[in-house]
Amino acid sequence: MARKVINVGGELIEIPEFPKRWLYIAAIGLFGLWVLVSGFYTVDADEVGVIQRFGQYIRTTEPGLHLKAPLGVETVKKVKVQRVFKEEFGFRTLQGGVQTQYSTQSFLDESLMLTGDLNSAVVEWIVQYRIKDPVKYLFHVRNVEETLRDVSQSVMQLVVGDHSVDEVIVLSRQEIEDEALQLTQKSLDEFETGLDVVTIKLQDVNPPETVQPAFNEVNQARQERERIINEAMEAYNKIIPQARGQAEQMLRQAEGYASNRVNRARGDAEKFLAVWREYSKARDVTRRRIYLETMQEILPKLQNIYVVDEDQKGLIPLLQFQKKEEVK
Amino acid sequence: MKIPVIAAAVIAVLGLIVLNNAYFVVDETEQVIILQFGKPVGRPIKDAGLHFKVPFIQALVRFEKRVLEWDGDENQIPTSDKKYIWVDTFGRWRIVDPLKYYQSVRGDERAAQSRLDDIVDSATRNFISENLLIEAVRNSNRELKTTVEEEGGFEMEGGEQKIDKGRDQITKMILLKAAQAMPEFGIELLDVRIKRINYIDEVRQKVYERMISERKRIAEKSRSEGQGRKAEIEGEREKEFQIITSEAYRKAQEIKGKADAEATRIYAESLGKDPDFYSFIQTLESYKNTINTNTTLILNTDSEYLKYFKSISK
Repeated sequence: MARKVINVGGELIEIPEFPKRWLYIAAIGLFGLWVLVSGFYTVDADEVGVIQRFGQYIRTTEPGLHLKAPLGVETVKKVKVQRVFKEEFGFRTLQGGVQTQYSTQSFLDESLMLTGDLNSAVVEWIVQYRIKDPVKYLFHVRNVEETLRDVSQSVMQLVVGDHSVDEVIVLSRQEIEDEALQLTQKSLDEFETGLDVVTIKLQDVNPPETVQPAFNEVNQARQERERIINEAMEAYNKIIPQARGQAEQMLRQAEGYASNRVNRARGDAEKFLAVWREYSKARDVTRRRIYLETMQEILPKLQNIYVVDEDQKGLIPLLQFQKKEEVK
Repeated sequence: MKIPVIAAAVIAVLGLIVLNNAYFVVDETEQVIILQFGKPVGRPIKDAGLHFKVPFIQALVRFEKRVLEWDGDENQIPTSDKKYIWVDTFGRWRIVDPLKYYQSVRGDERAAQSRLDDIVDSATRNFISENLLIEAVRNSNRELKTTVEEEGGFEMEGGEQKIDKGRDQITKMILLKAAQAMPEFGIELLDVRIKRINYIDEVRQKVYERMISERKRIAEKSRSEGQGRKAEIEGEREKEFQIITSEAYRKAQEIKGKADAEATRIYAESLGKDPDFYSFIQTLESYKNTINTNTTLILNTDSEYLKYFKSISK
């Protein structure tokens, strides 16, 4: 092998000569490696690769290891088509987790809206979306996320503007979400953003802060109304069944009276008829017997019996005299 | 041998520089016009890919091909019913004629945005101030439901007004008007929308006050409704009570009456066989009950009982 002698600080050192050929091989090897490396790319499971050749869109590739023309002839842009993204309106999540933290800042410029009855409501919502067309997403609209935010705000204002404050806060939340989803998707398609809205969900929807107590008062009044009505119903339910019971009692008593009356009449009748049947066999003697028996029974009880001759007149003075005697 | 190598190297480098200046890449998001000493030549290039030009003599200007955003300022505008509101609009536009765009605004996007500001804001101002507030807020004549209406009638402001146009229609008119001015800038205005409408602060306070008084009315109505229902239930209760008790009384009397009638019939049937005998024994029976020790009895010798007292003969 050839040797080269060089002078280092006045001392001659002999070193082996480096062949130029090796240098070329190394350079070509490195270049080749770079070509190879720049020709491979991987696409993750949740994305697709969009390939451009000299800036022009050529193809879309699925997840996996792929080849492309090296040296910057073909470039790849990766788009997360499986991932669901979220935009928040009227509030911001600072940190998600078990106890999600929200920004304390208010975003009233987004959330304060006019309702169809010219009242105001504070509406917070989220939009979840996916990229359904990566080519449109990359090449058709600049600032797609900003477009989504603008469109969603405008649509929500439009839909809320066509509902009353009561509908927005309580009655028609689902309807508003559905309508907003439909209109937002329509606009995004018109702009060819390549986005697919998965869902729009209303979050906190409230009247403006200053009006809140008045809204609460309405709720309280409603509860009060229910309470009053319930109390009245309670009294009703207490008294009416009782009255029904008493009515039933009255009927049973009347029925008892009826049985009593009829049975007694029957008994009396039976008794009379029995006596009468015997009497009719010997009328005169029975009549006399009954009369005399009765007299016998009555007369011994009496203290004062006056026997007066049938011709006697002026009986009254005599009786008065008798009374005076008794007083003395 | 040395000199030709150096010359070759120089020629190669120069060649590369020239070549590098002769081709250019146009991205999918771009469009390009070619200027020759500042003068546009040829058609604008809108197709992405690899293109060539005369090196050094021709220069490139690149423009966006994508749909671009435009965000208007918030404007304070009075509506035709003299309500002051903030209106915030946004739009989407794109460069359709790069040449005109280059000539009219020198390809400066900020300049283009500012033209859009002027044109769209003025159109917005015109159409908003020509219409009632309700036209810009509502979009259709759908019937608004309120919790109170469900419980029986309540007047709401704005609820009764008929909408002629609605927000969609108004924004379409703004778009139509503003879009007319766009071709001279080489711009196509794709859409203009109202992002936000809101009352200005002073009006907002009044609206809040109105909302509060409206709610108080609703609350009051609820309460009096409760009292009303209560009175109704109490009335119903009283009525029911009277019906139940009186009906029971009627039925009881009926039963008793029938029983009395039955008893009367039984008596009449049996006693009627011999009324005389009945009155005889019943009278005698009643003597037993009516006559007691305090009774003074005056018997005439003429009476049936004493007739033998006077004489045995008849």
